[in-house]
Amino acid sequence: MPEREQIKKTTTTRTDEETVQEAPATSERGEKLKAELDDLLDEIDEVLETNAEDFVKGYVQKGGQ
Amino acid sequence: MAIAKIVGVETEFGIMLRGAAESNPIAASSLLINAYAGERARQAGASAGGPKVGWDFEDESPGNDARGGPPPGALPPEIETHLVNIVLTNGARYYVDHAHPELSTPECADARSIVRFDRAAEEILVASMAAAKRLLPDGQELVVYKNNSDRKGNSYGCHENYLMDRLVPFGRIVTHAMAHFITRQVFTGAGKVGTEAAGLTSEDVPFQLTQRADFFEEEVGLETTLKRPIVNTRDEPHADSQKYRRLHVICGDANLSETATFLKVGTTAIVLAMVEDDFLPRDFIFRAPVWCMRAVSYDRSLRLPLELADGATITALDVQWELLDRARKYADAGGLAVVGEEVGAAVLAEWEAVLTGLEADPMQLADRLDWVAKYRIIDAYRERHGLQWSDARLAAMDLQYHDLRPDKSLARRAGLRTLVSPDEVASAMTEPPTDTRAYFRGTCLQKWGDAIVAANWDSLVFDIGKDPLRRVPMMEPSRGTAAHVGMLLAECTTPAELLERLGS
Repeated sequence: MPEREQIKKTTTTRTDEETVQEAPATSERGEKLKAELDDLLDEIDEVLETNAEDFVKGYVQKGGQ
Repeated sequence: MAIAKIVGVETEFGIMLRGAAESNPIAASSLLINAYAGERARQAGASAGGPKVGWDFEDESPGNDARGGPPPGALPPEIETHLVNIVLTNGARYYVDHAHPELSTPECADARSIVRFDRAAEEILVASMAAAKRLLPDGQELVVYKNNSDRKGNSYGCHENYLMDRLVPFGRIVTHAMAHFITRQVFTGAGKVGTEAAGLTSEDVPFQLTQRADFFEEEVGLETTLKRPIVNTRDEPHADSQKYRRLHVICGDANLSETATFLKVGTTAIVLAMVEDDFLPRDFIFRAPVWCMRAVSYDRSLRLPLELADGATITALDVQWELLDRARKYADAGGLAVVGEEVGAAVLAEWEAVLTGLEADPMQLADRLDWVAKYRIIDAYRERHGLQWSDARLAAMDLQYHDLRPDKSLARRAGLRTLVSPDEVASAMTEPPTDTRAYFRGTCLQKWGDAIVAANWDSLVFDIGKDPLRRVPMMEPSRGTAAHVGMLLAECTTPAELLERLGS
């Protein structure tokens, strides 16, 4: 148990330090992540199944393990 | 001493014939596999006949139960000998099983090798879809999904298999495997919109970590299609049954994320090695394992306390932290040779990184875990369009995450990290692993496919003309490697010479 705590503590400390160091950039990075996700959603929109309801209804897979 | 954790993964895929009024799944699966086999045979020319070699059912006995005789009333699984069933030159088996196309990887010596051959399996299915499309009328195509549920209560599996020492008491395996299977779901889950459990709706469970948890109703048992158990007792080692057992794991999800596959197999192999060496001092006995299986899957907060039989409570993450802690001590004490030293070390590092991420903010792991990647996309789409979780568009996205067509797959667009290169994947479609008996099987099929009439996990049957058929047994999964037989196979020019030198 003590060593498990140690693993958790070292990693938590490390994460905290990184977070502190990167704090000024956090909102900028958050914006960037959001923009990336928006682009991804746009890309996904292009390939999505057109008739979702029929597609979901028609997807039947019997006899599996 | 623990034995080498040789591993194989069998995946049943969902299949749909698009563009036709009706679709028979057995016919569709057969067409898919035959189209691939036909194309491979043409590409390879007449000399390498791998794909037309059939499966040999001689030693199949899936009804054997690890707890002893079959329990009263249990129905042993049926063996469907009449359906398409071929052996590939990479040592894999590709067949129709219960109305699904199924691919079993060759035996692999470590988790990284499993990732490589699991990815190769995906590419074989992609190539099969393309081959089938060329045979079908215009406007029709077969589409394959690597998931585990049709969202209507029908599930199909992705089973893992681990070689274990016969001497280990089965009860000890059950105790520790159960605790790992329930709690590893935090990183193995492929994610699912809603639930298929009786009496629950998407209001109760808008999104859960796994595809499979809804379908587990028993703690321990032989079944795989009904009343599925968390720990399956099928006792069919496909190897020397005096020395080995094969733990047949049926509760995992099929993963698209390479990290998830790597951790699913890598952590389980290490836990099972620790079971063999009796290195796990604490038994996590859950008061209600079946309930826990679902509760962990339904809990995106990852903070749910699970009740143990002694009255204490613990979260799934804390069970995983403790298993990781023991695994580190195990590695320090005796090394990780049984799971591959380097791969084992990489598993420990990734295991820690993922548990750390899950504890801080699971969304950090959108490039590593399927359930997080899927949740991130679907939740963002839901917010953008102001949808309820019960909206069919979200269910459709859930299915499409697993669509194996490169131009349709959402998983391929999710930005998941990869662990193996495209070249490694491409070569694994036709070349066997070099470090298990799959090397012998695959290489013989490449060189002398025409002389092999049947193959299975533990033997090859040769027809060299004049004599009766000759069976070459392969009862040791870690023999028949390139190191053992590479020279021999290179030196022999005919199968007759090989059989003579093998003395069989």
